[in-house]
Amino acid sequence: MTKLLSTELMAEFANSGCLFFEGLIDEDINKEFLNDIGHTDIDDVDNIQHYFQNIKSSSSIPRIPAGTALKDAYPLNSPLEKIFKNEIVSGAINSLVGSKTVVDHQFLHLTFPSKYYEKANQRQMSQVNHQDSTIDPRTTFDIQLFYFPTAVTKEMGGTRYIPGTHLRIVNEMGIAKYQNIKGQKNIICKAGTIGIFHNGLWHGAGVNFSDDIRYMFKVRLQPTEKQELLWDPEKKYQPLPNRALYWTDETKDQTINDILMRSYPWQEADTNRLDKINVVKFWRLLTGHKKMDVDYWLTRIENELY
Amino acid sequence: MTKRQKVLVLYLKFPSLEAEVISWATFDGTGKKLHMTGDSDEPPYPTGLDALLDGWRLFQSSQSIPEHPGQEFRTSYLKHEFFFEKIEEGDF
Repeated sequence: MTKLLSTELMAEFANSGCLFFEGLIDEDINKEFLNDIGHTDIDDVDNIQHYFQNIKSSSSIPRIPAGTALKDAYPLNSPLEKIFKNEIVSGAINSLVGSKTVVDHQFLHLTFPSKYYEKANQRQMSQVNHQDSTIDPRTTFDIQLFYFPTAVTKEMGGTRYIPGTHLRIVNEMGIAKYQNIKGQKNIICKAGTIGIFHNGLWHGAGVNFSDDIRYMFKVRLQPTEKQELLWDPEKKYQPLPNRALYWTDETKDQTINDILMRSYPWQEADTNRLDKINVVKFWRLLTGHKKMDVDYWLTRIENELY
Repeated sequence: MTKRQKVLVLYLKFPSLEAEVISWATFDGTGKKLHMTGDSDEPPYPTGLDALLDGWRLFQSSQSIPEHPGQEFRTSYLKHEFFFEKIEEGDF
């Protein structure tokens, strides 16, 4: 069984480029995953490289050739197979990239506490902001699914991300000069949390100032089919009629269009309008309603009479 | 006594120093403080003008370049970039 995403959550993804399912994976599977990778007491870890090599050589995380179907990627009954079988995880994947999605790549990210850097006489720095994995002007999109097997506290850093940046076309670390961006967030979460990013979302790893290792398992998934109404196979979604602009009616209830039109504190006054236009264009692709609009952003400029 | 440069980069909401800061980066050549990505959620100044009032000297700002024909709706990097410096003297 899979639970497809609601239209509200799809609109949230279209606008922000990310979704989170806090503490979704149960504690037994989290423990199974940690046991499988050989997670141990921090005092027993003496060397970053050795610990990492040990995980690579002994865990059940397979080597997956790029382009392998997700359904064939993980060993039966392994912790990761159970995670991808979770009805909410599989429903979100099917809604965004379809049931025939393939694996691009996976990685287990480990962020070590300060003492390892001090011991190695290395400067402990956060990862700069970047967009994975190269300049990507497609309208098709991939997703990156993140699994956090342990709780992540503020002190542990947490993956930094900037909601709403996913439709900006930049070249990977070309955004590294933006040290801080208004509205940036860190993933502070319970064990078992699943996060899903649009491949274009700007992000970077935070510094781990705690005494524990931070783990994050990531897999990038690519669609093999058109990403149109995958979450709504009965095609029930219908665009809303136009509403009054600027001189607005505040008594009206919030709608899907309010989710789609949400602004972010990092957006420039001028480019913010283009960001909205690009969300509407993205929503047209996701819904298959090629002429739909929100708040007249595209209708206004498509009214070319000459 | 030697001189060291401190650099402050501000990205503003629109191309005027009176505009609100939306992104920022600091690089301290004195070595007194190590700045890094994600180290503060609040900007050092509310606007570019506030940085001037605190003694930062503007030495570069981004140009206004018309969008390429056919690419008018493509969004990319932050547009309104302002580089400031302060020179500090001391025994570094």
